[in-house]
Amino acid sequence: MCLAIPGQIVELFDDDHHYAMVDVSGVRRKINIGLLKNEGIRLGDWVLIHVGFAMSKISEEQANEQLRLLRMLGESDEAMQEVMGYRFDEHGKEG
Amino acid sequence: MTMKYVDEFRDSELILKTSEEIRRLVDPNYHYRIMEVCGGHTFSIFRFGLQNLLPENIELVHGPGCPVCVLPMGRMDDGLSIARQSDVIFTAFGDVMRVPGRLGTPLELRAKGADIRMIYSPLDALKIAIDHPDRKVVLFAIGFETTAPSTALTLLRARELNVPNFFVFSNHVLILPAIRAILDSPDMRIDGFIGPGHCSAVIGARPYEFIAKNYGKPVVISGFEPLDLLQSILMLVKQMREGRSEVENQYSRVVPSDGNISALKAMNEVFEVRPFFEWRGLGFISQSALKLRPEFSRWDAEVHFQVEGVRVTDPKAAQCGEVLKGVLKPHQCKLFGKECTPEHPVGALMVSSEGACAAYYHHVHLRQAVGE
Repeated sequence: MCLAIPGQIVELFDDDHHYAMVDVSGVRRKINIGLLKNEGIRLGDWVLIHVGFAMSKISEEQANEQLRLLRMLGESDEAMQEVMGYRFDEHGKEG
Repeated sequence: MTMKYVDEFRDSELILKTSEEIRRLVDPNYHYRIMEVCGGHTFSIFRFGLQNLLPENIELVHGPGCPVCVLPMGRMDDGLSIARQSDVIFTAFGDVMRVPGRLGTPLELRAKGADIRMIYSPLDALKIAIDHPDRKVVLFAIGFETTAPSTALTLLRARELNVPNFFVFSNHVLILPAIRAILDSPDMRIDGFIGPGHCSAVIGARPYEFIAKNYGKPVVISGFEPLDLLQSILMLVKQMREGRSEVENQYSRVVPSDGNISALKAMNEVFEVRPFFEWRGLGFISQSALKLRPEFSRWDAEVHFQVEGVRVTDPKAAQCGEVLKGVLKPHQCKLFGKECTPEHPVGALMVSSEGACAAYYHHVHLRQAVGE
């Protein structure tokens, strides 16, 4: 429920809807970065993702630790499933 | 068993050192009760067998920090009464899909023909509403302050896009009133709290100060790695030894003292505090949950569908309430592992991996699997 998944920002969209493309262990998905609008998100930044929203900026080292933790907990499959499950891309067709 | 696990930890040396330091500092004649409030911590603690790294007189008490676990069955039934309507698409997170209501779980209702869909983000529900303008799409919103800002931003987006067929059934709850209820409960004796990590990333560290100042109990906000949790326990033990009660932040790499201002602002714009809300096991707690503000009533499922407000007492034999309050350990419940299992949960604590009973159940089986 409170799963937090680390991902890296690989594309910022030039509109005011606060979306970004994130890479989570090779899987790319659109997420919402509206909760970090005061933090000045840049390309290459790492974030913790929860239910499709970036909730905190983290360091790359912290991201790696978090990924390792997910593997140790046996939750990395679940995390990837969750990321692949985001279907809210408003410009895309229904998944 | 302990050593077998420790070798797998990064910093296994640090883990052992921290564990030894805790042993050195505890008063052997005192029984410490430390509550981890967050279900994510409960899961980590069981998964890593951390209790085994602690001296016997430190008892970890599992708190009410799993949103699925504290949801009373009546709210589930209210939600399912909406889901039964033929023009509705009902959406919920995976955990919720297996929570039993009086007449079954969302999954079972779906098998009987209701259009119930599992989602991973509140924005998924909004997208379904956009794609199906002829249907009413209801988001069964659940979670503490970790999740509530995401629901809030989704509603702000629904308003911006003017989506009339999207509705939110808010079951968002607040962590601080729950902790206060535990502190005020007469059968409770907790010596200190491990504060939640990701919930605190939103609310910050400051709001916990009343626990330290007014109740004299130390709080340490913790990360989720085994070493994080052990360090937090060490910080709590040090505070107690020195007679201090303060709020300390072990997880400062993610949790800022003032929290996430944008998230708090979005929550405040969309939600107001309910005068009271029922919690499973804890009863009615005043000012402990969020409902949509009147400005958002056109998206409020409770307004649109005129929810009945069902109240259901939990199955008598299930002792979820006692486990939630830390009075009973999961395996002391009469149904644990017999009638109530993760495959066939009777109570909500057996549903989510963050529920104390499910965490305990999986841990026991894991131990059996490695030949303990």
